Amino acid sequence: MTNSRQLQPGALSMSNKSSFDSYRRRFLGGVASTVAGMGVAPGVVLHSVGHAKPAGDAVTGDVRWGMLIDTNKCAAGCDDCVKACDDEHGLTGFDRPETDAQWIRKVTLKDKQTGHTQTLPLLCQHCEKPPCVDVCPTGASFRREDGIVLVDKHICIGCRYCMMACPYKARSFVHETLQDQKPFAPRGKGTVESCTFCVHRVDNDRTPACVEACTAENHNAMVFGDMNDPDSELSRQLKKYNSRQIRADLELNTGVRYRGI
Amino acid sequence: MRITVIKLWCTVLALGLLPGMPALLNADDSLLPVIPEAQHRVSEAQGCVEPVEKMRKDHMEYILHQRDETMYEGIRTRQHSLVECINCHVSDAPDAARYGSTEHFCSSCHKYASVQIDCFQCHADRPVKTSRHNSLAPGTMRLHGKSVVEKDDLLNDKLQATAAGGTVHE
Repeated sequence: MTNSRQLQPGALSMSNKSSFDSYRRRFLGGVASTVAGMGVAPGVVLHSVGHAKPAGDAVTGDVRWGMLIDTNKCAAGCDDCVKACDDEHGLTGFDRPETDAQWIRKVTLKDKQTGHTQTLPLLCQHCEKPPCVDVCPTGASFRREDGIVLVDKHICIGCRYCMMACPYKARSFVHETLQDQKPFAPRGKGTVESCTFCVHRVDNDRTPACVEACTAENHNAMVFGDMNDPDSELSRQLKKYNSRQIRADLELNTGVRYRGI
Repeated sequence: MRITVIKLWCTVLALGLLPGMPALLNADDSLLPVIPEAQHRVSEAQGCVEPVEKMRKDHMEYILHQRDETMYEGIRTRQHSLVECINCHVSDAPDAARYGSTEHFCSSCHKYASVQIDCFQCHADRPVKTSRHNSLAPGTMRLHGKSVVEKDDLLNDKLQATAAGGTVHE
């Protein structure tokens, strides 16, 4: 991990498509009619509507999922996000820290000159131009339309080239035969894996497990949302506060941004 | 002369075996795989998500199609989802059969047909029904700033439960 002082400034010019896109407009209409026809008890107000897409619809590039992590709120010694991730995806270790799967990890930064230390969670940065996808020889590494970078383990041959290419060391390789995987997190020996932004949750309009855990502990250091939606909490905070990309000099346009580094 | 004798013996043997043939056929029947019952039927008229004959022949096509749609496009309908196959066809008892056993729904046939599948090297071979993943509770994505309504029967049930004063726990 680089020292925070070596991080490059800039690259905050996100190319946010702020237009109220046609998909969301169509969906609003759909939801209005659903609510009308649902017969909910009086007095219950249903707010509409975020990014929910009907389960049968494909994701589109109108959405770009992203995350903002406030390192000032990230408590030293707290690893709730890591635990939540392990629990969510059934990441069990084999007591071999060098090779055990790690989709999110806590990193401590220390300014050598002043001695100031801070911690932050580091996960797949879900780059707009992901190096892992560039180098993958089989096309297993891919970026979904909505910006989530995934591995198609059906065609991953386990060459680990992507692990070499990732500047954030965000990927893990499964060395062991596994059992009792979680239904929504298939994992198997001989394939590479990394943070999925909890894609199974996001597709059901829920928040990633790490963010949920951080919020549940009232740390509120992580915000997840749609970078393309100017009304999302994420976009509001990105607009309001100064934030940075780690290794912005690589111009990957990461989906994960940090405050306070 | 010798050939005639052999023919004769063959005839005698064949005739001698005839009375035993039904027993042999029965024995074959007992070798057929015992396929575990599904947990529930899709409807009165139809057992599975597609007609059973179609499923026997084409289930792999459905699953493969769904697999790519889910992974690349985020389409998470339940009809042809492997997770839902497992939820319905495999018991969630703690001692339920694993995919290595012929008592596991998928393996019962695949072992019989000598078709090796590697789905379950990665995918869960048993349902995890207590999982919060199965919950589609609305409004949990509060950091997105807005709660959400989805056209989903399960969800409607939950909404009504919530509206009636109950709380929905994941």
